[in-house]
Amino acid sequence: MSLELLGISVLWIFLFGYLIVGSIDFGAGFFSLYSDWTGQKHILHKMIQRYLSPVWEVTNVFLVFFFVGIVGFFPKTAYYFGSALLVPASISIILLAIRGSYYAFGTYGSKENKVYSFIYGITGVLIPASLTTVLTISEGGFLAIDKSGVHLKLKELLTSPYSWSVVLVSLVSVLFISAAFLTYYARQAEDNKAEQLVRRYTLGWSIPSVAAGVLVFYALRSHNPEHFARMADVSWMFVASLVFFIAAITLFYKQRAYGVAFFAVVMQYFTAFLAYGISHYPYLLYPVLTIYDGFTNKTMAIYLVVAFIAGLLLLIPALYLLLKLFLFNRKYVKGME
Amino acid sequence: MQYDAVLYSRILTEMTLAFHILFATIGVGVPVFIALAQWMGLKHNDPHYLLLARRWTRGFTITVAVGVVTGTAIGLQLSLLWPSFMEQAGQLIALPLFMETFAFFFEAIFLGIYLYTWDRFKNPKTHLLLLIPVVIGSSLSAFFITAVNAFMNTPQGFEIVNGTIMNIEPLKAMFNPAVPTKVGHVLVSAYMTSAFILAALAAYHLLRGRQHVYYKKALRITLIPALVFSIATALVGDLSGKFLAEYQPEKLAAAEWHFETEGEAPLLLFGKLDEEQNVSGAIKIPFALSILAGNLPSTEVIGLNEFPADERPPLYVHYLFDVMVTLGMLLIVIALIYAVLSKWKPKKMYNKWLLRAVVLSAPMSLIAIEIGWIFAEVGRQPWILRGYLKTAEAATASPHVGTMLVAFGALYVLLGVGAVIVLRNMFKNNRAEDELAARGDSYVA
Repeated sequence: MSLELLGISVLWIFLFGYLIVGSIDFGAGFFSLYSDWTGQKHILHKMIQRYLSPVWEVTNVFLVFFFVGIVGFFPKTAYYFGSALLVPASISIILLAIRGSYYAFGTYGSKENKVYSFIYGITGVLIPASLTTVLTISEGGFLAIDKSGVHLKLKELLTSPYSWSVVLVSLVSVLFISAAFLTYYARQAEDNKAEQLVRRYTLGWSIPSVAAGVLVFYALRSHNPEHFARMADVSWMFVASLVFFIAAITLFYKQRAYGVAFFAVVMQYFTAFLAYGISHYPYLLYPVLTIYDGFTNKTMAIYLVVAFIAGLLLLIPALYLLLKLFLFNRKYVKGME
Repeated sequence: MQYDAVLYSRILTEMTLAFHILFATIGVGVPVFIALAQWMGLKHNDPHYLLLARRWTRGFTITVAVGVVTGTAIGLQLSLLWPSFMEQAGQLIALPLFMETFAFFFEAIFLGIYLYTWDRFKNPKTHLLLLIPVVIGSSLSAFFITAVNAFMNTPQGFEIVNGTIMNIEPLKAMFNPAVPTKVGHVLVSAYMTSAFILAALAAYHLLRGRQHVYYKKALRITLIPALVFSIATALVGDLSGKFLAEYQPEKLAAAEWHFETEGEAPLLLFGKLDEEQNVSGAIKIPFALSILAGNLPSTEVIGLNEFPADERPPLYVHYLFDVMVTLGMLLIVIALIYAVLSKWKPKKMYNKWLLRAVVLSAPMSLIAIEIGWIFAEVGRQPWILRGYLKTAEAATASPHVGTMLVAFGALYVLLGVGAVIVLRNMFKNNRAEDELAARGDSYVA
């Protein structure tokens, strides 16, 4: 495997990690708010807090890791995406900043506060929408590149059907992934009421998540036919994704083996996301930047890979400890500790 | 005002860093004091120290949250506002930037565990041990990110052949000559600042008439280390002077309004400068600049006139440097008076004037941190990467920086005000005395 491919694979996996943990976090915020509106807050709120409190910072680091990593391995992305994304990325940062700090203010600071939970819920759907701009732009067609630099064609972005289909799929997926996880978590906590509620959310968002995915295919076909054709080459991976989806939904429907069911949801997204990534290869930005011409020098790449492996050796046990103490600790999950 | 992408990018970066550095400094320093208090509490089985650790931790969660989100902001803004810089520097200095993420990741995991496991372990020492990775992670974060900043001042570990970067040595780039003094100064000043902030909180309550020994212990456990760290900050500062004299003489010369290369150079404090490089009204300390630069009165110090006019930093950095040094000296004096009184005149150690000074020490040390960083950054101008890339050539060409400036300004107001309100409410309605009483004033594991 070439260093370029290794680099992008590592980053892709971290981005996928963020997709999952971020979705759980964003969706949980929204469900928390929604349950408040529908007068069911007492059912969900506590459970969501127990999950989120010890992990929210860790969730955030996945994102930081991705963008620091991509600039490290592919410094040219800083030039292209950095120049173009000032406005959309700044909006994401501002929303993330408000969300993160007001989460802490609400959780550790004061008791119940409507404003905090409103901010927390609303940013939960706005952030994924703004973050996906990066993936949309990577398809090409939204940048004007000339001597003066790289500029975003904002009007094209805001009027493109493809762009909106990606926003839609991100929103629906966030809600589906989050609900699926919370169903599993609620059963761990032996909280039957919460379990029934989030299971309904899971089933409700399941079909829309696939439908939105199909919509993206269609929109991409006219926006970037080359990428679409490459996607068709790995169509078996999308079929695999669908199989995982059906397995997950069957289990949630039958109320059985939620752990396996959530894992199937993760695999559903993993296969689809991987297929998207593979067919995107070798482009970082259609059609101007590939992973080969955007790559850093070989020496730095090797150092980064070594640092990455050393870092993982440190992080994996630490993450394991975190999960063991909170996520997989029945006493904690049930609220006894 | 004419739209100027470079100027606005600089202002936005300055604003983000100025806001972030307050929380980052607390983030690096405060865990050390939480660990110290918890260790004292466990060692002496003293509920006061243990409650100190708990209460400091509670406040810390708020400052950490703001530190995390503004750290994310500056991480992304580097690429958004300085795309050309990141494109080039990314090839050279990505290693510490990347490792910083790991260090922070490590810290975040253990901080999360620490916060939620206060009464969970049979042996309370296990809980204290969780702070070790937090302290290591935050200090390593500071190390890596300061190494990146050091690289901007003294870039090395590469060659430029026909306009392309060649022969890159990432470790040489990371351990560049500015690293030891810069990292040293950042770390000890963060410990010092955190100590003064925590001391100021205790002093404030004592001034308001609270008599509980809890506050007196808090003062002791913070001000004695504050003395050590403030002296250490000054000593590393002295070494920084020697570093600058050798590797970045234009920065030292600008800070000192030292124009002609000469030995037996005096140190000038404050004063006024006219068009012809004449200084008036300054306090002159003979030989002091030569001693700062090389330990001997005869040391020759390179003057600013050796550099072309367009490669000189702005001369107002002189005032920044002087204010920073003055504040640093005053802080040493405050901690020293406390230490001396507590040893020889314990009856006077809680007198109002000293307590007032200790309360002031918190804003003083924070201002010193801010001014010190502005000096470090402005003193590097016009370069973003000294000798290779000028700041003006590195900024984005986007026409929207002005709007973003306003948006981020509003964000920092929102975060700052929010943090202050939450911290106030957190402690105002929950006094330490009441909490001690509720806990039966004796430690229960």
